[in-house]
Amino acid sequence: MLLRHTSKEVKERVGLTINPAKTCQPIGAMYAALGIHGCLPHSHGSQGCCSYHRSTLTRHYKEPVMAATSSFTEGASVFGGQANLLAAIETIFSVYDPDIIAVHSTCLSETIGDDLQQITRKAKDDGKVPEGKHLIFASTPSFIGSHVTGYANMVTGIASQFAVSSGIKKNQINIIAGWMEPSDMREIKRLSSVLGVKIVLFPDTSDVLDAPQSGKHEFYPKGGTTVAELQSSGDSLSSLALGCISAEPAAIALEKCCKVPFKTLDIPIGLTATDRFIMALSQAGGVTVPDEITADRGRLVDVMADMEQYLYGKRVALFGDPDQLVPLTEFLLDLNMKPVFIVSGTPGQRFEKRMNLLLNERTPETKFRNGIGADMFLLHQWMKNEPVDLLIGNSYGKYMARDEDVPFIRFGFPILDRIGHSYFPNVGYSGGLRLVEKILNALMDRQDRDALEEKFELVM
Amino acid sequence: MEANRIFPDPSKVREELIQKYPAKVAKKRAKSIIVNDPELIPEVQANVRTVPGIITQRGCSYAGCKGVVLGPTRDIVNIVHGPIGCSFYAWLTRRNQTRTESLMDENYIPYCFSTDMQEENIVFGGEKKLKIAIQEAYDLFHPKSIAIFSTCPVGLIGDDVHAASREMKEKFGDCNVFGFSCEGYRGVSQSAGHHIANNGVFKHMVGRNNTPSEGKFKLNLLGEYNIGGDAFEIERIFDKVGITLVSSFSGNSTVSQIENAHTADLNVILCHRSINYMGDMMETKYGIPWMKVNFVGAESTAKSLRKIAEYFGDEELKARVEEVIAEESPKVKAVIEEILPRTKGKTAMLFVGGSRAHHYQDLFNELGMTTVAAGYEFAHRDDYEGRHVLPGIKIDADSKNIEELKVVPDPELYNPRKTEAELVALKEKGLEINSYEGMMKQMTKKSLVVDDLSHYESEKLIEIYKPDIFCAGIKEKYVVQKMGIPLKQLHSYDYGGPYTGFEGAVNFYKDIDRMVNNPVWKLIKAPWEKAGNGAGLAASYVTQ
Repeated sequence: MLLRHTSKEVKERVGLTINPAKTCQPIGAMYAALGIHGCLPHSHGSQGCCSYHRSTLTRHYKEPVMAATSSFTEGASVFGGQANLLAAIETIFSVYDPDIIAVHSTCLSETIGDDLQQITRKAKDDGKVPEGKHLIFASTPSFIGSHVTGYANMVTGIASQFAVSSGIKKNQINIIAGWMEPSDMREIKRLSSVLGVKIVLFPDTSDVLDAPQSGKHEFYPKGGTTVAELQSSGDSLSSLALGCISAEPAAIALEKCCKVPFKTLDIPIGLTATDRFIMALSQAGGVTVPDEITADRGRLVDVMADMEQYLYGKRVALFGDPDQLVPLTEFLLDLNMKPVFIVSGTPGQRFEKRMNLLLNERTPETKFRNGIGADMFLLHQWMKNEPVDLLIGNSYGKYMARDEDVPFIRFGFPILDRIGHSYFPNVGYSGGLRLVEKILNALMDRQDRDALEEKFELVM
Repeated sequence: MEANRIFPDPSKVREELIQKYPAKVAKKRAKSIIVNDPELIPEVQANVRTVPGIITQRGCSYAGCKGVVLGPTRDIVNIVHGPIGCSFYAWLTRRNQTRTESLMDENYIPYCFSTDMQEENIVFGGEKKLKIAIQEAYDLFHPKSIAIFSTCPVGLIGDDVHAASREMKEKFGDCNVFGFSCEGYRGVSQSAGHHIANNGVFKHMVGRNNTPSEGKFKLNLLGEYNIGGDAFEIERIFDKVGITLVSSFSGNSTVSQIENAHTADLNVILCHRSINYMGDMMETKYGIPWMKVNFVGAESTAKSLRKIAEYFGDEELKARVEEVIAEESPKVKAVIEEILPRTKGKTAMLFVGGSRAHHYQDLFNELGMTTVAAGYEFAHRDDYEGRHVLPGIKIDADSKNIEELKVVPDPELYNPRKTEAELVALKEKGLEINSYEGMMKQMTKKSLVVDDLSHYESEKLIEIYKPDIFCAGIKEKYVVQKMGIPLKQLHSYDYGGPYTGFEGAVNFYKDIDRMVNNPVWKLIKAPWEKAGNGAGLAASYVTQ
């Protein structure tokens, strides 16, 4: 047994987190900043933060992840990190020549009270930012929220520091991507293009973290939302924020600074959430939905109907990030499955409200928890008490899955031991189809593995 | 032409590496980029701050302490006191394998423990939460030991992890609780954390169990973290030879082994950088000499086994070592003979760790490959130039902050295993007793030595030298591979290994052969890119 010390008996813990279902803010900020074209993320803290975040993102994507650090030492921690950041900005523009440096803070620089707004202003005043280049920042203290919060804070920083309102509206819609994969962002762009709606998607990590092998390392890959697009987002007709925790804060910022109205939607994972996305985007863009999309949808519903017997009543445990778990839970319910245990380390009352709405009628027995104390250790204990048929979550789930001999689907962040997430989307109807295929494969492989010889089926 | 490819004018290379830097940065970096001469061994600037903004390979003190040295321990509940990230990122990512005797034995390696500090803990202090966390860990697991690791904010807000640990240790009575002040900002790299870890393990663990260990030839394995099962292979060889491993620091180790380590008669050191402090302290307190060995490479393994036998001075052991080498060598030889024609003459670059960039050169030598440039991520001058430079190393402000334990001979347990005269005689036989010659002595003249290589410099080096393989870590892996050059991870081994001992050498030969000769590197360009344009290609098909 890998997790041999995990007991069945659940005891409330208030001091110790075991096997967290979250990580810290700065990695989310780094990921978001990579979705801006020509941007170098910069971690204002100890070298270790930057190294850990780059390593984790690299393992997840198997792609270069470039970012710089203020390389704090004890001196900087005592006297403040301003000198380090100013020096870093100078070095970065002369050596790595980005269009943008996106600085995020860490628990270290936040604890000592470094004010990024003041330091970045000073850098600009001192002429350390060359003409035509940009320096933006986001405050991302690791002791508040989670990696999702950090993502949201950087996306908000991007929106509020780039968007300008020229007074003339542009016939385009902003889509603010919640935390999703490059493949998902690519699919959002494809769907918008099929719908015929011009969008500004940000951030956009497609063609950044799924870059082709070309024999050359592109320090700034071809993807990412451009500065011009970001600036124009202030003139867009409206914004759709995909995810109330990871995307909505940026939409609010845009409404505040440029009076762009917004609507918050779920990340379009699964049938119903995708329906809402397509409806909202077609309405925002004033277009009718083309048959191509209706046919895509029909294919997904077709599979759901044809294979329903293998899905019905299956008990699922899931863990991950709120903006993904909410639509995923809804999708599992649409599939007639039973999401019985749900855990997310990211705090926030919106999660609880949404989950209550979704679950109260259909599976009132579901246990779900988020924020402090909602960790994978607790989830595992629940699973030990009332076994499940399927586990869905990031790569760390494989330890529980092996110990409990439960089929396991990798979903969320980080996925360190398989590929695919950066290439094949989970969003949209095609993403839904991929998810159903994965779920069916996991469940049906298990049925095949466990079937008595006389019950072994050829046709399923 | 070939020689020029292997060794372009190194002084010009150096100029090229620093030309894009601002003047001050260039001046500083120049001192860390050195053209090697194994006879003279020039000075390399090392263990100094990385310039802010430079994209470095380096991590932090916490990574060196919790991640490297204590991470491989399986029966200590390692609680990270801080916001969640630090514990999360160090969770199972270093591939420290461990094998318990039974399924019931303690093994916390698959777990991640954190106090998950929140804003109110930063504002009002986190000690209370830490003590609750320790209590909860104790109640849940009843472990032999609980260790506490401080992250950046902990030192800044003044939480006293040592006092909290002491208090809980006294309260429990049957659980050793101790803390490490390994905040990420200490020192200039992971290296500070190694030192802090050595101090803590020495203070709180070594010497707690005086039961004499059994066995005739008893040693500890220092600086072996069992990544990819490296320690398992060394254990296999020791077993075969009849050497008793009292404790490893810290791959596949247990608390009771470490607590009993001072009953061994020799410390062999693999990773000099991360554990040399322990060797020195155990020598001073208990009279156990340490010896630098290297189990990376088949020839190096044989050499190291012979040195160990020589140290114990036992004819039977020496004979047994020869028997084992003779037994193990044929399969190694068979593999290398088959592979060598495909690897011979190729070039490698190694920029990794504090010892690995040295050790792995032995394996490349065995493959007939030349190391054209190498450097460490977090080493000190002694790892490059040899320990004879130690007295001359200037202690700067960053190093001064790392505690140097004052160690004196133990009034009861100090027992010099060898007399001064015996040690001198052993040294004359070529044994690196309490000493290490460093990497540069082994590297060829005109090869390049670069400390704390930056991303920019690595791209330049690759452009200039076009090496056949580049060795570094995960952050560099896909950058270099995008350039069409295979990168071998020497922290995680690309999830393979072991690479130590005889079996490890065979694994490494095969992996490098596979990597440098993989057909994928020739498939990067699409046919139409090679042909210049699509139309030309189509036309040629038509005429075929």
